[in-house]
Amino acid sequence: MQKIPQKIIHTRYLRHRKKFPHVWCPGCSNGIVLGAIMRAVDELKFKRSNTAMVSGIGCSSRMPVYVDFNTLHSLHGRAIAYATGIKMFKPEMDVMVVTGDGDATAIGGNHFIHAARRNIDLTVILINNNIYGMTGGQYSPTTPTGDIATTTPYGNIDPVFDICELAMGAGATFVARTTAYHALEAQSFIKQALEHKGFSLVEIISACPVIYGKLNKKGDAPAMMNAMKKNSISLKAWEKLPEDKLKGKIKRGILRNEDRPEYTDEYAKLVQKVQGGK
Amino acid sequence: MHQYKKLNDVEKHKEGTIIRTDDSPVKMEVEYTDVKTEGDYKKSPVYIFHDWCVKCGICVAFCPTGVLARKPDGSPYVKNPEKCTHCETCDRLCPNFAITGAKKK
Ligand SMILES: Cc1ncc(C[n+]2csc(CCOP(=O)(O)OP(=O)(O)O)c2C)c(N)n1
Ligand code: SF4
Ligand code: SF4
Ligand code: SF4
Repeated sequence: MQKIPQKIIHTRYLRHRKKFPHVWCPGCSNGIVLGAIMRAVDELKFKRSNTAMVSGIGCSSRMPVYVDFNTLHSLHGRAIAYATGIKMFKPEMDVMVVTGDGDATAIGGNHFIHAARRNIDLTVILINNNIYGMTGGQYSPTTPTGDIATTTPYGNIDPVFDICELAMGAGATFVARTTAYHALEAQSFIKQALEHKGFSLVEIISACPVIYGKLNKKGDAPAMMNAMKKNSISLKAWEKLPEDKLKGKIKRGILRNEDRPEYTDEYAKLVQKVQGGK
Repeated sequence: MHQYKKLNDVEKHKEGTIIRTDDSPVKMEVEYTDVKTEGDYKKSPVYIFHDWCVKCGICVAFCPTGVLARKPDGSPYVKNPEKCTHCETCDRLCPNFAITGAKKK
């Protein structure tokens, strides 16, 4: 036992004395993503009082409990709706949403596409672990076809959602995808997404070794992370490879980064117009 | 041991509010905490917070230079301290904030 200095990042942004150690299972990628977010926020020197983190319900959605920002742990699937409320009321605030694949694309699918359509300035960090982790392993819209979940004991017959394509189709102006293994890249994408004005999505493919990994015999956490390393291809390499080599691989990179009028700006303009420029 | 403070009412209130006004992390920046570490941490290139470590093995698996190794119970320890390049890979990939390979200042 000895006194050692705590990491600065812990003491600056986390509720490290009150809420740690966290409840996520050993090897769960959620903690890695939390670290990447903290580092990105630290790089941007965001003020804690001007930053909000909002989530719904799920393992990933427990994240706001651990950070010392303004936080809101809301209803399953409704994180983006609550975040929209905060952003409309305080447009100067940096609002991020942390959500799971089930939370954002199953029960919350409608909020997700319409926030993207409006291009409201939210940063959605979507932790995609291919399953409903918190409730014990039901299949989600991103469970790969053929994989086992507790509700698909003989294999899943549903085709999967490509979340980034969904967001782009709906009109999101910043869309990126990476994996928990590529933590440095995740940090950089999150940073760019936070800086971007408009709806931004960062999808982070992550490992749930305890439920999804166990049901599908994917091995322990290091094995699942090695698989992410092997099965993902950066955008640059992707464009050069022939089609047969891309099957079943994860495309990593910034898939879209463009500008379009932002919702709270447009709203402010409308208010000004209606009030006759007063 | 870490001092896990009980939430008092003031803190509870602070956590629940949406709008925070207190923005003074400066005082908190360097805190000294009693942590179970093995050996002399001053000589070790990496700190491991055993209170928070869940023995998942990620840091050991991905340290690029093989500084870390696992004990029979799965917990990581510094085997080859001289090989550490302070790349902070262990730091970034640890899901439990339980290890830091950052260079000492
Ligand atoms: C309205 C409502 N329906 C269902 C639930 C039960 N429920 C809690 S978490 C969850 C799934 C979470 O899955 P996901 O969003 O993928 O997050 P993960 O736990 O995998 O990180 C469900 C269905 C709930 N809490 N509220
Ligand atoms: S059930 Fe899966 S997603 Fe949830 S904490 Fe455990 S490993 Fe992580
Ligand atoms: S800082 Fe890098 S080299 Fe040093 S122990 Fe961690 S991963 Fe290994
Ligand atoms: S990655 Fe972190 S939690 Fe896992 S064994 Fe290493 S120090 Fe422990």
